[in-house]
Amino acid sequence: MTNAAMAMTQEALAEPLLKVSALRKLYAPGKGVDGVDFELWPGEVLGIVGESGSGKTTLLQCLSGMLTPDSGQIEYTGKQGDKLDIYGISESQRRLLLRTDWGIVHQHPQDGLRMGVSAGANIGERLMAIGERHYGTLRSTGETWLREVEIDTARIDDLPRTFSGGMQQRLQIARNLVTQPRLVFMDEPTGGLDVSVQARLLDMLRNLVVDLGLSVVLVTHDLAVARLLSHRLMVMRGGKVVEQGLTDQILDDPQHPYSQLLVSSVLTP
Amino acid sequence: MYVAVKGGEKAIDQAHSWLDETRRGDTSLPELSVAQIREQMGLAVDRVMAEGSLYDPELAALALKQASGDAIEAIFLLRAYRTTLPRFLASLPVETNTMAIRRRISAAYKDLPGGQVLGPTYDYTHRLLDFTLLANGERASAPPSEETVEDCPRVLDFLNSEGLIESPLVNSDHIQTGDSTEPEAPADLTRQPLDYPAGRDLRLQALARGDEGFLLALAYSTQRGYGRNHPFAGEIRQGEVAVEIAPEELGFPVIVGDIQVSECDMINQFIGTETEAPRFTRGYGLAFGNSERKALAMALVDRALRARELGEDIVSPAQDEEFVLAHCDNLDSSGFVSHLKLPHYVDFQSELVLLRRLRNEFEERKSDRHGSQVDRTSKPGNQDEPSMDNKQRREAKQA
Amino acid sequence: MTTASLNHNPDTQTDNTGYNFAYLDEQTKRMIRRCLLKAVAVPGYQVPFGGREMPLPYGWGTGGMQVTATVIGQDDVLKVIDQGADDTTNAVSIRRFFARTAGIATTESTREASVIQTRHRIPETPLSQGQILVYQVPIPDPLRFIEPRETETRKMHALQEYGVMHVKLYEDIARFGHIATTYAYPVKVNGHYVMDPSPIPKFDNPKMHGSPALQLFGAGREKRVYAIPPFTRVESLDFEDHPFEIQGWDQTCEFCGSDHSFLDEVVTDDKGGRIFICSDTDYCNQRLETGARQEAV
Repeated sequence: MTNAAMAMTQEALAEPLLKVSALRKLYAPGKGVDGVDFELWPGEVLGIVGESGSGKTTLLQCLSGMLTPDSGQIEYTGKQGDKLDIYGISESQRRLLLRTDWGIVHQHPQDGLRMGVSAGANIGERLMAIGERHYGTLRSTGETWLREVEIDTARIDDLPRTFSGGMQQRLQIARNLVTQPRLVFMDEPTGGLDVSVQARLLDMLRNLVVDLGLSVVLVTHDLAVARLLSHRLMVMRGGKVVEQGLTDQILDDPQHPYSQLLVSSVLTP
Repeated sequence: MYVAVKGGEKAIDQAHSWLDETRRGDTSLPELSVAQIREQMGLAVDRVMAEGSLYDPELAALALKQASGDAIEAIFLLRAYRTTLPRFLASLPVETNTMAIRRRISAAYKDLPGGQVLGPTYDYTHRLLDFTLLANGERASAPPSEETVEDCPRVLDFLNSEGLIESPLVNSDHIQTGDSTEPEAPADLTRQPLDYPAGRDLRLQALARGDEGFLLALAYSTQRGYGRNHPFAGEIRQGEVAVEIAPEELGFPVIVGDIQVSECDMINQFIGTETEAPRFTRGYGLAFGNSERKALAMALVDRALRARELGEDIVSPAQDEEFVLAHCDNLDSSGFVSHLKLPHYVDFQSELVLLRRLRNEFEERKSDRHGSQVDRTSKPGNQDEPSMDNKQRREAKQA
Repeated sequence: MTTASLNHNPDTQTDNTGYNFAYLDEQTKRMIRRCLLKAVAVPGYQVPFGGREMPLPYGWGTGGMQVTATVIGQDDVLKVIDQGADDTTNAVSIRRFFARTAGIATTESTREASVIQTRHRIPETPLSQGQILVYQVPIPDPLRFIEPRETETRKMHALQEYGVMHVKLYEDIARFGHIATTYAYPVKVNGHYVMDPSPIPKFDNPKMHGSPALQLFGAGREKRVYAIPPFTRVESLDFEDHPFEIQGWDQTCEFCGSDHSFLDEVVTDDKGGRIFICSDTDYCNQRLETGARQEAV
């Protein structure tokens, strides 16, 4: 991380980046998000774990502005230190946030990429959306980011369809990071990938998070992924957070019976 | 010496008179009368009225004659005419419960009050060409029945009284806005442009005038699994209904005429929620004349389009509101498809210019392949100037 | 053929078609006028309107015709062109329609006309203040082929989310080395809305910028109208290092010798013989006449 980034982070460390209060979005009793509170700090990776149906995906959708909650508040601290009530601001402001200050990495890269346009265009789109009008710059930025995510720059004009699953996922990450977001939402980013491909992707993600000072909200059912990437964990069940704390603490010494069950059910080689 | 092509006006006039001649056909044969078409090509007339969105069998027959039997051309004539007609008022909703039944069947029950009345249907005919028709053989008329048609209560009302099926007044837009007492007046598709998401009233209006072939294919697709909704033909009715108006000056309704309609109530897949017991759902179709196939298809597509309000996954074209409603009007579709016949040579010329240039550049790159690699970054033109078109670059600054 | 002749329609005297002036009823015209005013107030914004069936098929100019029918008056002089020519069959058909239903004077001269309805070209002769140019539009939304959903494109326009348009241009350059759009080339109007100028060749795009005429666009089937008021900024989308440029030809017009107008290619034999002639027939004739007069002097 550069000195400037570190300095900014230290200043910003005075305040959480994201503050969630009494968030509720229920489809049926116990299904959805049933009263969640937490804070996310700059440079922090927060993992949300739990079985399917625990509400973690619903929570992610609410946090990322994609699903309006029934009640509660989500407050985001903007670049200028301004406090934004995510569902209080207009849709246009929310959409702008999603394209610049935030990133979303979907489980299936097809959901987060334009499959019909080249890798270079995928990476450049966010820049074009905020007014970049120099083709040469777009192209060199594309090449830079392909290198960052370890994709051969010769593939800049290739369609994502011709990429392997792991490459598509890395391209999706590059597409999100090009506007230097401060907060990235990830939903099972390594789901569906080979174990060895997963490992490489996780390694890359970990380095990027550190280098760029990213804050990440990471939803996963895979505790190994959670351990590798997250500083803190929240365990969800039936729409509620049953336990939260430092990753190592939760995984090595779970207190809540459900957390204990979750941890013990992980297959060990 | 090339002389510019002229004479468009003259060509059009000649085309029109040849068309007239072709339409009339062999003059040694008697001319088809509009009355004959109206009487003996009734189902064609019905289709033209339904999709022309105008009930007038004689005008529809005239349109068919003028269009040499082309249904879509005839529909166009009727719609264009309809546009010019002044509007006086809207009638009261037609009461199909008190229809003078010609045909009434239900696939959901073996027997029911009023019975299964077949009516003059093609359903059970064997599709064998009848050559006596070719020889203009006369047929005996059908002997009148000894029974009379009893009261035919609505099939879906049986289910409704048990609470087994959703009630007919389902307009989820009202439910969402909490407006549960007086339903709003329905929107008018012919006066305002279609907007998405569209309310059920506009959807049904669009389907009622929509192309039968398109709706039939979509309906068929739902049966084959593209958004299956388990349909049963609850009731199909054909017959006459009265058209009533209630002008302010009178203060009471008067009947201004009768029209023939075909109606279809579909019983579809039941759904329930945490707070409500499961119930059958409905699809509805209504068309002018004896357009039964249209009413059936319409009911299936209506139900498919309700996927959104019923909380079903939208997975198929028939459930895709924008796809169905944007493409079901055959005036839109035939107009735009056939517009390809219009001259497009200016745009084509533009494409030719570009393509020739790209091909030149391709050849040039091929020929100096032994040299450096092609640099396709931000250097417009300076390594790729083709020799042929030396007037390529025209900077068109907008200042 | 003179360019200054006004054709007064003989049908006016005997016309008894029973239709209102210019076919549309007054209510409809009022409705369309309101929509047009909205369109002029928000340059480049697509205003939905309750379009009517016209006696010509959708896709054949009904939108343009409804706009023309709405703005035209007894004293107007109408010119109708298709592919730049007055004599193409559909232009003839539309001109006749208005002659029949409105009895107004028609002309082939761009200068003489007060209302010009056009398909796929802007006249070469510069327009002047007080003239109205009505464009026939097939697909009004420039985003349509990137995003088929109307619900989404509406939002994109409202929020000026036009990144995708430049993505398309980027792809062209990456693939072909050039922007590959040659007609219906998207423009930014008044620095705000991105608009489809109708399938005019990009050659004509610069004519829209700062034009003293009022430019109205009608899409009948899609039921949208939009407008560019006089003297409005209209910029074709491009990249700084790949600027917008128009087409050009090596050849000149076979008839009038023009080296700066849009040329049609005409195949003269089956051995590859070709000549090029001005697409704008009125312009070509004017040049010929001027040339002939100069020679005569």
